Amino acid sequence: MSREPRLVEVRRNILKQNDVVARELRDRFGRAGVFVVSMVSSPGAGKTALLERTLALLHPRHRVAALVGDLATENDAARLARSGAPVRQITTGTTCHLEAAMIRTGLEGWAPDQLDFLFIENVGNLVCPASYDLGENLRFVLMSVTEGEDKPLKYPTIFNSADVAVITKVDLAEAVEFDWEAATRNIQAVRPGMEIVRLSSKTGAGLPQYVASLEARLAELRGAAV
Amino acid sequence: MHELSIALGIVEAAQEEAERHHGRVSAVHLRVGALSGVAPEALLSSYEIACADTPLEGSRLVIEEVPVVVYCPTCDGPRTLSSVQWFCCSECGTPTPDVRQGKELELVALEIEQ
Repeated sequence: MSREPRLVEVRRNILKQNDVVARELRDRFGRAGVFVVSMVSSPGAGKTALLERTLALLHPRHRVAALVGDLATENDAARLARSGAPVRQITTGTTCHLEAAMIRTGLEGWAPDQLDFLFIENVGNLVCPASYDLGENLRFVLMSVTEGEDKPLKYPTIFNSADVAVITKVDLAEAVEFDWEAATRNIQAVRPGMEIVRLSSKTGAGLPQYVASLEARLAELRGAAV
Repeated sequence: MHELSIALGIVEAAQEEAERHHGRVSAVHLRVGALSGVAPEALLSSYEIACADTPLEGSRLVIEEVPVVVYCPTCDGPRTLSSVQWFCCSECGTPTPDVRQGKELELVALEIEQ
């Protein structure tokens, strides 16, 4: 004999576990005074190249470290370690994104209060990382000029989840007839007011301004903490 | 494709809740925001896989899709977005990044058979 099923109300955030760890990380980073930047993009947009330049430019003046996520291989960590900054690879196996708990594990043995900047390079993927808070201060979404101007419209969720849009490989813009106006319009459509940075890791164009803005943000963070 | 790991999380959460209510779960109700980063269709097929060999096997996943609501500073009120490709007020057109709803990924109810 079966009765009508009973409807039981529950309120439960499915990603609560990740959000709790992310909040713990954010508190810990805040107490340590370290400025944490994460980078998301499609594969090949230039995250590792930008990180390589970023570490090399900041390392002499600041204490910097990086965590880099990939499904497999330690190639990126080896490439980035040449800067002299501590770099750790997080190999995610079959997981297509980083989660807050992976950051916590990746940090084991490191003292965030000994750092000025921590960079987190997510797995190349414009879909899944959008759902996972990593406790970062700032999320960069990178798009290269070779990918086309409509990337923001194709992946609005990840662009909306990010704080700064970084347009990379600007040295190739002319060759691929990149439409700056359309790119700007599309970014602003999915995240009105979003800051846009234009640079080339290859030629160095835009890098001084980019580094200066990171340093200004660190100063602001430290100023706010005092 | 992270829907399978999300689906496993749903099954785990639903099972925990079901244990408290002493019954068999016949349906799980979920709210999925348009900005949650989760595709409902992919979640439905992942759910079936995630339920296999668990007490939830054979249960239904009922998804309520939640639209994005932004705050319009000009109208001074909430407005539902007509498209996630265009963050602006549906009444006056003012662009706004102020998201008030649409990131949900929330278990809201269970149907339980005694």
